[in-house]
Amino acid sequence: MLEIRNLHATIDDQEILRGIDLKVSAGEVHAIMGPNGSGKSTLAKVLAGHPAYEVTEGEIIYEGKNLLEMDPDERAREGVFMAFQYPVEVPGVSNAQLLRLAYNEKRKHQGLEELDPLEFKELLAERAKLVDMDLSFMSRSVNEGFSGGEKKRNEILQMAVLEPKLAILDETDSGLDIDALRIVADGVNKLRRPDNAIILVTHYQRILNYIIPDYVHVLYRGRIVRSGGKELALELEEKGYDWIKSEAGVTASA
Amino acid sequence: MMTQATEAKETGLYLEAYEQLRQRTASEVPSWLDRLRAEALEKFSELGFPAPTLEEWRYTNVAPIAKARFVPSWTIDGAEETGRRWEDRVYEEARSSVLVFVNGRFRSDLSSLAALPREAVVLGLADALRSEHQKMIGERLARGAAFDRQHFAALNTAFIADGAFVYLPRGVRVEAPIQLLFISDSGPVMSFPRVLVIAERESEATLIERYVGAADQPYFTDAVVEIYVDENAHLEHYKVQEEGAASFHVATTWVELKRAARYHSTTVTLGAQLARHNIAAILTEEGGECRVDGLYMVDTGQHADTHSLIEHRAPRCTSFQLYKGILDGRSRGVFNGRIYVHREAQQTDAYQTNRNLMLSNEARVDTKPQLEIFADDVKCSHGATVGQLEEEELFYLRTRGLSFEKARNLLTYGFAEEVVEKIAVDSIREQLNEVILNRLHATALDVR
Ligand SMILES: Nc1ncnc2c1ncn2[C@@H]1O[C@H](COP(=O)(O)OP(=O)(O)OP(=O)(O)O)[C@@H](O)[C@H]1O
Ligand SMILES: [Mg+2]
Repeated sequence: MLEIRNLHATIDDQEILRGIDLKVSAGEVHAIMGPNGSGKSTLAKVLAGHPAYEVTEGEIIYEGKNLLEMDPDERAREGVFMAFQYPVEVPGVSNAQLLRLAYNEKRKHQGLEELDPLEFKELLAERAKLVDMDLSFMSRSVNEGFSGGEKKRNEILQMAVLEPKLAILDETDSGLDIDALRIVADGVNKLRRPDNAIILVTHYQRILNYIIPDYVHVLYRGRIVRSGGKELALELEEKGYDWIKSEAGVTASA
Repeated sequence: MMTQATEAKETGLYLEAYEQLRQRTASEVPSWLDRLRAEALEKFSELGFPAPTLEEWRYTNVAPIAKARFVPSWTIDGAEETGRRWEDRVYEEARSSVLVFVNGRFRSDLSSLAALPREAVVLGLADALRSEHQKMIGERLARGAAFDRQHFAALNTAFIADGAFVYLPRGVRVEAPIQLLFISDSGPVMSFPRVLVIAERESEATLIERYVGAADQPYFTDAVVEIYVDENAHLEHYKVQEEGAASFHVATTWVELKRAARYHSTTVTLGAQLARHNIAAILTEEGGECRVDGLYMVDTGQHADTHSLIEHRAPRCTSFQLYKGILDGRSRGVFNGRIYVHREAQQTDAYQTNRNLMLSNEARVDTKPQLEIFADDVKCSHGATVGQLEEEELFYLRTRGLSFEKARNLLTYGFAEEVVEKIAVDSIREQLNEVILNRLHATALDVR
């Protein structure tokens, strides 16, 4: 589904991603961990098409197409979705409006009929249940005045409505309380299908107890320095990043 | 010498027109009106058109109005078809409570007042001047809009001939919004609509002014609206200015609020190449409350100027003011908001904000809030901002599948929403949402 080859990316002439290789197949869950500032969000934003980042080397193939040639909205309509680490507030635009517009853009793209407000309301009510979100949030401005946890939950609601093929969840678990974490994780699991995939960026092993990853990768200074199965996350939880950092240091200087 | 000669020529057209009007109507109008017009004309010939050297006119140059050769509306008979052509500009809610004006003249044949209660008096001004209400009109007309200082109010006053008279006797409540539809569609016509609204104690109504006209004609509208909101009365007021793109629109709105009166207005500015709106709300007795909002949306070739004055003369009054501007292309916006709190006006609560969204690097806005406070126990705040669309918001919407244009339009819609959502007449709200979402860059968005 997704293949990233030797990806280098800069922002303001600062190289952040320094040669990333990653292959994600349909049905898989990949967890990406790594210390603060290592480039996890950068990778997520490059995948989503943020205009501030420049890809200087490498390529990204998504469903056989060159992802880097596509605009952010085109990527979205083709099934790429990023849940933001810091979801953006959009004053004056209600959650329901944005969700319906986004949903209909995708429907149009797929050559399907658009849903009118009433039809969409039904769909929305059903999807909101998936993340246990009160319908009162639908008439409020997108993320405006939402608590940190509510914003995260709202991102997953968007995911539930848009049903992406490739979902990149950037620290969706940060800021969620214990119950919310379980609800959101359950929601994500219900959205899993053999034909979609998830890249889950996280700092904590805990969410991986609910959303069980097939692979765990450690990103450090813009490179994936270690990959393994779900037990790697447990090991990191126990030992921290120092051993990886020193190993990576050794490799780098070798 | 040179400038004097030009000035003389510029007002000359109006002196001639005045003589014409006088000959036609002197015998029909009450003598007090004849005197009032004469006095106003004298003022106008003294004042002339405002020069850009005047502080109040620093950013708005009216030379194009002064130089143009407009044709007086009373020399043109607005044809019935003209009115019919614009019929769809009557808001759904006002189908049976609308006064239609073609080139400034009231057209009863195009108007419909069936939805109004018998106790409410809603008339064309010329008719009202011939009615039993003539005396009441004489007592209130031109008492507010200061034609001794304001050039365009003087000009309008000199040419008072027609317009609307709305009189709500004590306790009368009108459900249906009363719409005044002003159509200018006969070449370079100039018209001087005059509106007088008297809302007596405990009365309630909604008034909509809507100005439309030919897209390709450089016509001129100079309107004056005076509103009296008496004790405990409540008036909702909308002004929707969507004049033709080549036109000139100058309007003066003056409102007086008595004890515990409520006045809410939203002024929407979409049309005209040059628009200037002077709006003043005067809180003269305790406990009055006014909300004066506005939305101006201009594109290449348009200049929109709002000058507002909120005057607190009595204690414990509140005023809220929110003006938002959306400027695209090579357009120009001006906002000058003044709050004046007299020494007696203790415990005033006054709030004013002007926000501008610049959609183009070539647009320009000058915004100037002014607070003048002479009371010591007051709560006043004001602020102004000029900004662009947020890159992160644009990106966020695009990652949800919206094209750049759609994301941009949706953010613009979101920006305007704070003003639009308060509009209680559905048709106006829907119209604005459509204008914002579709006029901008021609990408339709359905945000129901
Ligand atoms: N405009 C910029 N100019 C220079 N450096 C930048 C800029 N924007 C981000 N960076 C740097 O890029 C690096 C990677 O940031 P990124 O947000 O991808 O980290 P992260 O792995 O997601 O961290 P966290 O775990 O804290 O979320 C950081 O060191 C950050 O300071
Ligand atoms: Mg991050």
